[in-house]
Amino acid sequence: MPPLVFANDAPTAAERLKDASGVALIALLLGIPMIGLTTADQGGSLQVLTRWPLLAAFIAASFCGRLVVRYLLDALKRRRQAQDRQAGAAGAKETRRGGRMLESIGWLAFGLALVLPIVFSDNRYVVDTATTVLIYVMLGWGLNVVVGLAGLLDLGHVAFYAVGAYAYALLSTQFGWGFWAALPVAGIIAGVFGLALGWPSLRLRGDYLAIVTLGFGEIIRVVLINWTDFSGGPNGISSIPRPTFFGLPFVPSSDNPTFATYFGLEFSPMHRIIFLYYVILVLSLLTNVLVKRLRKLPIGRAWEAVREDEIACKALGMNVTNAKLSAFALGAMLGGVAGVFFAARQGFISPESFTFNESAIILAIVVLGGMGSQLGVVLASVVLVLLPELGRDFAEYRMLLFGAAMILIMVWRPGGILSHREPTLLLSSEGGRRE
Amino acid sequence: MALALQQLINGLTLGAVYGLIAIGYTMVYGIIGMINFAHGDIYMVSAFIAVTGFTLLAAFGVSSVPFALVVVLIVAVLFTSVYGWAVERLAYRPLRGSTRLAPLISAIGMSIFLQNMVQLTQGARVKPIPPMLTGGIDIYETAEFTVRIAYSQMLIVLVTVGLMIAFSWLITRTSFGRQQRACEQDRTMTALLGINVDRTISLTFMLGAALAAVAGVMVTVYYGVVDFYIGFVAGIKAFTAAVLGGVGSLPGAMLGGLIIGLIEAFWSSYLSAEYKDVATFSILILVLMFRPSGLLGRPEVEKV
Repeated sequence: MPPLVFANDAPTAAERLKDASGVALIALLLGIPMIGLTTADQGGSLQVLTRWPLLAAFIAASFCGRLVVRYLLDALKRRRQAQDRQAGAAGAKETRRGGRMLESIGWLAFGLALVLPIVFSDNRYVVDTATTVLIYVMLGWGLNVVVGLAGLLDLGHVAFYAVGAYAYALLSTQFGWGFWAALPVAGIIAGVFGLALGWPSLRLRGDYLAIVTLGFGEIIRVVLINWTDFSGGPNGISSIPRPTFFGLPFVPSSDNPTFATYFGLEFSPMHRIIFLYYVILVLSLLTNVLVKRLRKLPIGRAWEAVREDEIACKALGMNVTNAKLSAFALGAMLGGVAGVFFAARQGFISPESFTFNESAIILAIVVLGGMGSQLGVVLASVVLVLLPELGRDFAEYRMLLFGAAMILIMVWRPGGILSHREPTLLLSSEGGRRE
Repeated sequence: MALALQQLINGLTLGAVYGLIAIGYTMVYGIIGMINFAHGDIYMVSAFIAVTGFTLLAAFGVSSVPFALVVVLIVAVLFTSVYGWAVERLAYRPLRGSTRLAPLISAIGMSIFLQNMVQLTQGARVKPIPPMLTGGIDIYETAEFTVRIAYSQMLIVLVTVGLMIAFSWLITRTSFGRQQRACEQDRTMTALLGINVDRTISLTFMLGAALAAVAGVMVTVYYGVVDFYIGFVAGIKAFTAAVLGGVGSLPGAMLGGLIIGLIEAFWSSYLSAEYKDVATFSILILVLMFRPSGLLGRPEVEKV
């Protein structure tokens, strides 16, 4: 059967022009104060400058852009309608196959991550960027426990990242602790902070919780900036020791054996970069395994149950308090471990690195990836880290594009790139269990 | 004593500004249940429009301060409400009916976008304007300290009180107010009764933006400097104010704004200016521990 096209489906040319003119009018109103007019400091006082050609270009672009986008959207909609009619009930099987495909994509991504530093062993930039991606993956997986699994909206995750980073920085510079010794301790400290935040906010719901977590993140940052004796204030802490390979440092030459001399290699700064990459890869894979296993344990089931319906959980006699607190503590601990790695990799930390923007990006990674989806977090981290990197050519436009991309991805796929909100355990219509 | 009185005046002024912005948060939260993170940036956009407006008027030789104020206020309110409308239309309306977190993320994206847009088009440097409303009334004098209400402070408080009255009237007495409250309670039912829900939501965003615009103009007059980052800080404070008072409650937003303004003023003069944000957020956490839905918020009825 040929696809049906109704007469009123396709707007006439006049309607299209009218629609685009409306958009152009809005563009004019939006553009006048920001694009058409600007102020500049000239000779000690502000002067108004005009940029009418730029404004005209902006309006023309909005007009044409609207025409094109509207046309494409209409075409897409009609094609989808036609497809829907033909496909009918065939869609049900798709999801099953989709699940298996996701799994193989996951293994593929794992394989790529494994060989990446070998392929790019002389390209520091690539390995460095990949390390950054993995830090965000780990942060995203940590926050995913809180937001994606337990359904608690946390806007202050960066606080735990900061706690972990400062814990390692202080333990190593003040008490001479090594990276590996400090790693679990700093993680536990961050976990305790997670409990400290979780406890007062247990009774809060939704957005009240969001503002409390946001406030908590700001409190930590303000304290770090102002308590100079403790944290070095705005100057931060520098010369934080780098991790060693089982006690072998990555330095050009010293009296003790170094990584290069021990293995009889020629010294190369890339050794450390690649080693750091594998450290964060292992850490994030451990996180992944941990979270995946926890999801199958009673506590993981409890998180998802609390997310889906808190009242039902209480009615069934579940300990909601424990479920929420453990989610907070675990998420915070994972964030703290990522913070330790961040401090060790940078060698220098300051409160600048732990602003609200950072929290927003981590949350965006979780939500853009599709809440609760582990692979989605990876995809979203890749997108959100690479986007500003690719945008370096446009330097000052990159954050603008970043913001626009966040809106567009959300509008395009409101459930996230890989939406996977369904509970791990479901009663299916056949009455059987589905994993 | 004199210092306390002065801080009371400063705190009330600051609180009035926070309250005006907080109303925008609270209204939007009431009607579509989302945190409009870009609201603080709308306020920042208005402050920039005010700077341009004042400079332009000065260039045309307008020297009457009241006239300039009225003109800039009207212009800023008009343009800023268009921004409020556009933000809702572009970033939130396509996401209506999806999960609760989706509009939050697009709001954060919008906030980043607006900040960088202003930074690009208006420049990253701080914009100063020459002082406009100088002077004030000395109300209390001691040997070492004079308590003074600046004219700009009086203006802010008077405008805020006036807007509050007008606004309560709008919400409680007019047809639009009824539509707005109906949408808050049940959007589907309201739509069934023949009310254009999309239009009501758009108007709510425009009203919120208009109030933020007033706050933006007032702050420009009061402080005399504007930069692209003020939206974030004011936005967080105002959001805190809205939550403190109880999200969804208009008097609560005003009350929360005043409390936060007073805490900031007193904390920075008596204890330490650096830790005033810590004080604000700690008090927020304490209040929410004992009243989880804010000071004047209705306790949420959980439906199963």
